[in-house]
Amino acid sequence: MAFCTGCSLLCDDIVVDLDGGKIGKTMNLCRKGHAHYSSIGSGRLTPCVDGSEVGVEDAMMAAAEVLAGADNPLLFGWGASTLEAQRAGVDLAKKLGGAIDDPSSYSQGLITEKIIAGDLPTCTLDDVRNFADVSIYWGDDPSSSHPRHMSRFSYFPRGEKRQRGYEEDREAIVIDVRKSPTAQIAADGFFKITPGGDGAFIEALVASLAGKIPKVEDKKRMLNLGTKLRKAKFGAIFTGQGLAHSLRGDLSGFVSLVGKLNEITRFSVIPTLGDYNTRGFNQTLFDETGHVNSVSFKDGVRHGREFSIARLLDSCDAVMVMGSDPAAALPAAIAKKLERAAMVAVGSHRNMTTDFAKVSVPMAVAGIEAGGSCLRTDGVRVEFDGLVRSDHLSDVDIIKRIMEAV
Amino acid sequence: MISVMEVYQLLPKTNCKRCGLPTCMAFAVALISREKTIEDCTPLLEEAKYEKKLAGLRELLAPILSADATETGMVIHPEKCYGCGNCVVACPVNVASDPKGTAIGRGPVSGKAILMVEDGVVKCVNVDECRRFGPEKVLCNACIATCPSKAIEFI
Repeated sequence: MAFCTGCSLLCDDIVVDLDGGKIGKTMNLCRKGHAHYSSIGSGRLTPCVDGSEVGVEDAMMAAAEVLAGADNPLLFGWGASTLEAQRAGVDLAKKLGGAIDDPSSYSQGLITEKIIAGDLPTCTLDDVRNFADVSIYWGDDPSSSHPRHMSRFSYFPRGEKRQRGYEEDREAIVIDVRKSPTAQIAADGFFKITPGGDGAFIEALVASLAGKIPKVEDKKRMLNLGTKLRKAKFGAIFTGQGLAHSLRGDLSGFVSLVGKLNEITRFSVIPTLGDYNTRGFNQTLFDETGHVNSVSFKDGVRHGREFSIARLLDSCDAVMVMGSDPAAALPAAIAKKLERAAMVAVGSHRNMTTDFAKVSVPMAVAGIEAGGSCLRTDGVRVEFDGLVRSDHLSDVDIIKRIMEAV
Repeated sequence: MISVMEVYQLLPKTNCKRCGLPTCMAFAVALISREKTIEDCTPLLEEAKYEKKLAGLRELLAPILSADATETGMVIHPEKCYGCGNCVVACPVNVASDPKGTAIGRGPVSGKAILMVEDGVVKCVNVDECRRFGPEKVLCNACIATCPSKAIEFI
């Protein structure tokens, strides 16, 4: 059995035919996972300094030079790195007196922080499979982003207390701005909201839970939803970027809604995170500093929006991007600022960011070419081994080597 | 889904019984369920006046007769499939025959599963176990209803 690090579900039932050390036929991988496995043979990053190809060792030395010469370095990415590399990355940021951040600073960081800090109740995906009778997908479309989410854990499978699966024992509720593929599966459980309307929906839901008339167009449907949630035995709320962006950093309404639900029955929150080990980075940094992202180690430990990549790109003089592609993910106006600073990109494949980095260092794909450990989107620790032999260095080896040279 | 009336309109409608069935309507039903082939209707093939109808019928039935369709009429559109495995886990035959695998959301382990995901795309095997197989078929639609991308259809 092999592991898939294509998304944060970390499927562990993958069967891969190894044809002379190469990936052959695969079983149980979704389309995204299959693409992840197939990608190891193409589009790989080559070690480069200022556009010319060099040896890996030289590239790592050049990377160390860029970082050591900077006053305000930023280490960004880390979602697609093992726990070991993340741990070493935090140490590197400390040594450099720089800032460290990950894409959760512009997606679900706040929700993950509340979960890790214990302000929002959570559970594992296996608990969801065994016990949950109501699954709410809020601003979340796992059918597109995490294809096996519904079939492995949250809606279709049979579980200990849910022997009849989706047919009778489970209910899917989707709250989204568009009829996503997940919403099509939920059919009658789909609640369409206007963009930015999550706050109003939370208010209406709180009112209907309290038995008051909610201020929405379809009052009857909202009251029915309130009744359904009151009657749930074990509910799970899967949050997506849609919810995080719509609430604009103010989670008080959402936290209070989850609190009210938990006064009546049991409801847990699990974020649907993008990269395979985003949760791992958030947990690692939280254990070290008490914050999940946007931390600066210059003059002690400081945290705040001003240390997120979106703000820091104005002032930092060097950026190390670790297994991420901020040039593609950030809005163009902010992404353009990446040109300002000297950039080091460590990654397994070429992407927009690596294409205009000063130094690029190739790494092995964790889970296929290198082993390690990571945290699933629900916080469960998973350990895995490499599957095929590779000449590429693992992410942790690269960070340690750069740290030695700094 | 091809309707019986669509097929019937393209037959001679003479109830000549040369195919061995009492009416053209019965022959239309037999064509869809693949118990008879177009060649069993001799007037359609031999008489020139039916030339247009014959061409139309061949075009209409092409999906049923193509190699892509399984004996149950299931057609998988690989370009639309996400490989999510919803159909694999929802399929009642898979659940009954593979309690430690597909029934609990994992990949099939028993070797008796009829749907599985290979190279990121769903694939139908052991088709004779499908509820839609054979004359006693049940019109089960678990795999179609659970597909987020409409990648599976029955013709």
